[in-house]
Amino acid sequence: MINALASLGHWALNTLATSGRSLLLLLGMLAGLTSLLRRPRLVLLQIYSIGVLSILIVVVSGLFVGMVLGLQGYYVLSRFGAAESLGVMVAASLVRELGPVVSALLVAGRAGSALTAEIGLMKTTEQLSGLEMMAVDPVKRVLSPRLLGGFLSMPLLAALFSAIGVLGGYFVGVGLLGVDSGAFWSQMQAQIDFSNDLVNGVIKSLVFGFVVTWIALFEGYDAVPTATGISRATTRTVVNGSLAVLALDFVLTALMFGD
Amino acid sequence: MTAASARPPQPTMTPAPEASSVLVRVRGLCFSRDEQVIFDHLDLDIERGKVTAIMGPSGAGKTTLLKLIGGLLRPDAGRIEVDGQDIGTLSRRELFELRIRIGMLFQSGALLTDLNVFENIAYPLREHYRLPESVLRRLVLMKLEAVGLRGAAQLMPSSLSGGMARRVALARAVALDPMMIMYDEPFTGQDPISMGVLVSLIRQLNDASAMTSLLVSHDVRETLSIADQAYLIAQGRLICQGTPQEIARESSPWVRQFVDGLPDGPVHFHYPAPDLAASLLSEAHR
Ligand SMILES: Nc1ncnc2c1ncn2[C@@H]1O[C@H](COP(=O)(O)OP(=O)(O)OP(=O)(O)O)[C@@H](O)[C@H]1O
Ligand SMILES: [Mg+2]
Repeated sequence: MINALASLGHWALNTLATSGRSLLLLLGMLAGLTSLLRRPRLVLLQIYSIGVLSILIVVVSGLFVGMVLGLQGYYVLSRFGAAESLGVMVAASLVRELGPVVSALLVAGRAGSALTAEIGLMKTTEQLSGLEMMAVDPVKRVLSPRLLGGFLSMPLLAALFSAIGVLGGYFVGVGLLGVDSGAFWSQMQAQIDFSNDLVNGVIKSLVFGFVVTWIALFEGYDAVPTATGISRATTRTVVNGSLAVLALDFVLTALMFGD
Repeated sequence: MTAASARPPQPTMTPAPEASSVLVRVRGLCFSRDEQVIFDHLDLDIERGKVTAIMGPSGAGKTTLLKLIGGLLRPDAGRIEVDGQDIGTLSRRELFELRIRIGMLFQSGALLTDLNVFENIAYPLREHYRLPESVLRRLVLMKLEAVGLRGAAQLMPSSLSGGMARRVALARAVALDPMMIMYDEPFTGQDPISMGVLVSLIRQLNDASAMTSLLVSHDVRETLSIADQAYLIAQGRLICQGTPQEIARESSPWVRQFVDGLPDGPVHFHYPAPDLAASLLSEAHR
């Protein structure tokens, strides 16, 4: 009993300390953003490695998710004789939910784990200490550009995911199942709202990109500098990053669409 | 041509208020790591313009001492002054200003693995000064020439041998022409020829640009041959200090064992452990 209490207290203290450290790191990274104005190359490099290199996985997943949406949507809608609304259904689910959420999950798995491993290894091999001794702040020079890169890449990836997904839905719905092409597009155009759907989707993906990159960078920076430490940190990035995305999605959805 | 003959523009050096002959002053330093006491009230002075050797058994805390002096670790108690400034009370900005004037060669090299050898050495110069590319190139190649690796400029750190990586790290440590360099085991993994070159290079760098050098090494003979002053630390305390001649004359069994490399004596080769036979027996019982 006492032991259970003690370990609960230990866990709570640890969690509190970890949150504090991650918050401090975040403040440090945000403070470093201004110095990036003079070094845009650092950010571009990160947009490349976080964003551009994730394009393939995002495109392929978007296509399949869109095709599945086309299939499932058609079966449900045609039962009510509303198969022409397939376009709206596919586009709305993608833009509002699946685009931001699934692409954030993919980025957490592909780019987030890579970021954690990279930073963790730089810590283990004393490269971060080496920078410190050269009077270069590793948080500003190494971590900040990655945070900004992730933040900027995410909405672009989500938009790409949604666009490809709509094409996938079109291919299945119109191409294979015979929904009217004109109805597919015109209903979508009429029903999808710019500020309600598109802007909210972009806000979601900005938040997800920020949180996923923050978690990945913190786990790498805070990793125990050993092989096991880095592998644990990488796992935590994917698990915590994905859970954070799903939980935040619920909160954001409730705030945006619930009234 | 030595690496020190061309210097990048120096930041305005603030001379220490009392330009004393002591550059690093360590007083009452205490430091421990997970229960293990590494330093217990250590006092130490590093004199300006001299080569000071720090020796001691593996695990004595030599690397830890360098990191404390560089401000990478914070002491539990006591103070460390570098050039008259108390490291513990400096703001982050002041600490960075001080570190521009301190070069450090890490035991592991700590080269940036994403950059090639040339860019690694150019890195601190690019970060702190705006130099035209041609000047930068000359500076970097000169540093590389001094450590005999000009031909390796385009290699990535992963394709360097351990000894080569350490020489590149040395070139990077002197890139900013600091007032003080801390070498953490620069001779490890060097063949006799490059060892000889490095030994005289360290001395030369020190004398040519009035630098202060802090040299941690296990190679007792080479180290004592260029040091002006040597400290022996063990078990968190200073065991012995003096010029190489004084150390050579020192008769305490501890110092003799260390300097002469004898397996038996007051220092134990083994990390504290229970009796070997007893441990093996208890393993067998399980
Ligand atoms: N990151 C760390 N966490 C916990 N203990 C550490 C850490 N780094 C070093 N130590 C401990 O601190 C002590 C001193 O380590 P240090 O690296 O300073 O020794 P050293 O004198 O440089 O040895 P060597 O000559 O082998 O390089 C060692 O006993 C080591 O166990
Ligand atoms: Mg060491």
